[in-house]
Amino acid sequence: MSEALMDVRPKRKTTDWLKPHRIVLIVIGLAIVLASIFLMRWDWLPQYMPLALQGIWRTIWLLVVTSILGISLAIPLGLAQAAGPAWLAAPAKTFCTVIRGTPLLLQLWLLYYGLGSLFPQFPWIRDSFLWPYLRQAWPYGVLSLTLSYAGYEGEVMRGAFAGVPRGQLEAARAFGMSRVTIFRRIWLKQALHRALPTLAGETVLQLKATPLVATITMVDIYAVASRVRQDLFVTYEPLLLLAAVYMAITGVIVFLFRKLEARIPTRIG
Amino acid sequence: MGLLALEPPGRGSFLLAGFLNSVMIAVGATVVGLCLGVCGAWCKLYGGPVARDLAAVYTTIVRAVPELVLILILYFAGADLLNKALAAFGYPPTDIPGVAAGIFVLGVVQGAYSTEVLRGAILAIPQGQIEAARAYGMSPSLIMRRITLPAMLPFAIPGLANLWLIATKDTALLAIVGVNELTQVTRTAAGATKAYFTFFMAAGAIYLALTLFSSAIIGRIERRARRGMPSVAGAGR
Repeated sequence: MSEALMDVRPKRKTTDWLKPHRIVLIVIGLAIVLASIFLMRWDWLPQYMPLALQGIWRTIWLLVVTSILGISLAIPLGLAQAAGPAWLAAPAKTFCTVIRGTPLLLQLWLLYYGLGSLFPQFPWIRDSFLWPYLRQAWPYGVLSLTLSYAGYEGEVMRGAFAGVPRGQLEAARAFGMSRVTIFRRIWLKQALHRALPTLAGETVLQLKATPLVATITMVDIYAVASRVRQDLFVTYEPLLLLAAVYMAITGVIVFLFRKLEARIPTRIG
Repeated sequence: MGLLALEPPGRGSFLLAGFLNSVMIAVGATVVGLCLGVCGAWCKLYGGPVARDLAAVYTTIVRAVPELVLILILYFAGADLLNKALAAFGYPPTDIPGVAAGIFVLGVVQGAYSTEVLRGAILAIPQGQIEAARAYGMSPSLIMRRITLPAMLPFAIPGLANLWLIATKDTALLAIVGVNELTQVTRTAAGATKAYFTFFMAAGAIYLALTLFSSAIIGRIERRARRGMPSVAGAGR
């Protein structure tokens, strides 16, 4: 389903796309948007704008940081499963199964409430320099989102590493490359390229997972919307705005990944 | 460990009831999603231009907005609409039971994903089979029942199985709107006893067991659905 978001349609002419029924549908859609702008309450928007921008920034920050950390964890996880010895492959596989088999919300709460309630019992943790950070919410949010992304992407990278044609690696060895060079120049690059369409879909899924951190008191855009709803008793407007914001960010992610894919020549063995 | 016992001082029975609710919601949402998915795939493949575009709008929006936001929107909008409809017919407003609301909300979300899975599966049927059926003079509904649905099943099962696993995990999100499913009862129990770690670990183990159990069953179904087809080594995973 994640790759279905990415289907690259052949470019068509505008006239071909803009058929009469589409024009009617677009007009209806615009009418709905305009009606919601003029008939609903938006007077709170200027007041909450700074907070909302901060929230959007935090959502994007969370997405970028956890995706980068997650993928750098996923590469060794995938490699261990695809080519590692059994004592490395088994724990990596267990990790991926556990992460993929339990809801992210539960993992988040296990880390935040579970670990958070265990930590204060140990004096050496309370005395350590990390304690000021461990009392805040964001390290738990970042950690659990990172682990989740790593778990799902570890599985993707396993498939990608295993899918690189053997001939490519044999040719690299025949050139006398060392194992590190083979990995860096051939294996990793081709695996990443193979995984790129899936990664785009998974990154959208990761974006859709970020609002969960609002449940552990992190203030992302979702938390801002909840606050507006609680402060002013408006039900739908903040939620609709929220949906629009997430759709916009999804569009940007899909666009960026398409650019990235287009940069890499597509013929692979 | 005594906290997890089934007898009253322990909270095991609460967890069990929550787990049953979770499974019920997941099954219901998958069924609702399948019905919506069949309609959506039908619209996308065989529908007129308007139906096609509407199906595209539905799947695009649902897949681009976080489940959490959709759940909130559908939960409040659904309750509002139902109460307005009840008021129009002169009934007093009611509270929707949490499980029913959860099934409706997650069903709409699952429907968008199943649309794509079923559309892909129908497209994967060799064209010749449908043409042959048409050459035999079968009516479109007969072709659907005898050829398209059975023939697409092997292609659809991996995707649908994946959706079932996602549905079981998405039920946890309903804790946000206070539906009494496993994650919500776990949080309540953990908050009451302060044994956060124990309870969340237990709930995690239950979810994991459900996933592993489902995967085992799915493997069997898949093997049965693929019987008689040429084996595709390394496909799927």
